[in-house]
Amino acid sequence: MKRITLALAFATLIPTVHAVEYTQVQADKSAVNFTYKQMGVAVDGKFRKFSSSLNFDPAKPANAKASFDVDLASVDTGAAEGDDEVAGKAWFNTKAFPAARFVSASIKALGGNRYEVAGKLTIKGHTQDLVIPATFAAQGNSGVFDGSFTIRRADFTIGEGSWAKFDIVANDVLIKFHIIAASK
Amino acid sequence: MKATVTTHYTATAKLLHWLMAALLFGLLALGFYMHDLPLSPDKLKLFSWHKWAGVSAFLLLGVRLLWRLTHRPPALPEAMPKVMRFAAHAGHLMLYLLMIAIPLSGWLMSSAKGFQTVYFGILPIPDLLDKNKELGDLLALVHKSLNLLFITVLAGHIGAALKHHFIDKDDILTRMAPRHSKENRA
Repeated sequence: MKRITLALAFATLIPTVHAVEYTQVQADKSAVNFTYKQMGVAVDGKFRKFSSSLNFDPAKPANAKASFDVDLASVDTGAAEGDDEVAGKAWFNTKAFPAARFVSASIKALGGNRYEVAGKLTIKGHTQDLVIPATFAAQGNSGVFDGSFTIRRADFTIGEGSWAKFDIVANDVLIKFHIIAASK
Repeated sequence: MKATVTTHYTATAKLLHWLMAALLFGLLALGFYMHDLPLSPDKLKLFSWHKWAGVSAFLLLGVRLLWRLTHRPPALPEAMPKVMRFAAHAGHLMLYLLMIAIPLSGWLMSSAKGFQTVYFGILPIPDLLDKNKELGDLLALVHKSLNLLFITVLAGHIGAALKHHFIDKDDILTRMAPRHSKENRA
């Protein structure tokens, strides 16, 4: 009898594996980086500030939801004059459009640790459908999400006027993310 | 190597001298001009061209050093005082050292600033340094300071050549002129 009550007590303490839902994105441990080509030379940059809301249970990817807001004025191009330029009207026009926003529509498990996140990305008033491949790994109480995808800056009119041609700054921009979220 | 005293520079030495003179003046002018431009596609283009020209100058310097080490340059005029001889050698040594140090500082600065140097957009030159803003700014100051020193030594180099020509009336300037060797070859 004593043994049974003990077992019951433990059973309530141990969470079932399927109920782990990652919701607390840790912005300080996460990163959103980008790579583009300048006259054929790869140049890296990053965004310092972004916020996110996430509900992800690896057992129920169909119910998962994710949205991201990247503060475009927090861009780090590696040079102060580059940061100022990119925040300006021809590029992000951060005064009128301060954030890039991604909202997931559906998340599909591809097997193993791979997932596919479909959703809409809005930058500078332009919205594009995206399918983003991502991997997920549980590390202790945290979930680690990694992935990358390529956008074309012209689709969002990022870089207008003298920058609109792709001879100096290429159209393709690779976005890489590394998101760490804790479970509740 | 022959120990005979030559009186003229080889055609190759002259060609290298004047090719580099033109290239380095262009690099200096472009460097100071592009630095203050507002950011634009043209500015990025000029920066790339400057970096390609800088790599070319460095490669050309390698050829020139090899040539210099295997071909004895003509001796300085007998009448030159010891102090002047020393100044001439020290000045030339400074020019060579700066021609090595300036492109190296530019390359390292590019690496630290996160903009790799890719020769003619084709041949990537490895980044020795990782991206580091403070180091990048420091190397930019080093690159600029070395260039200001280079301009100073260059002014001395040109001034000395003109002094030899107009005041001492010797052949120091003319023996580097393209047609000089033909006139003097007996």
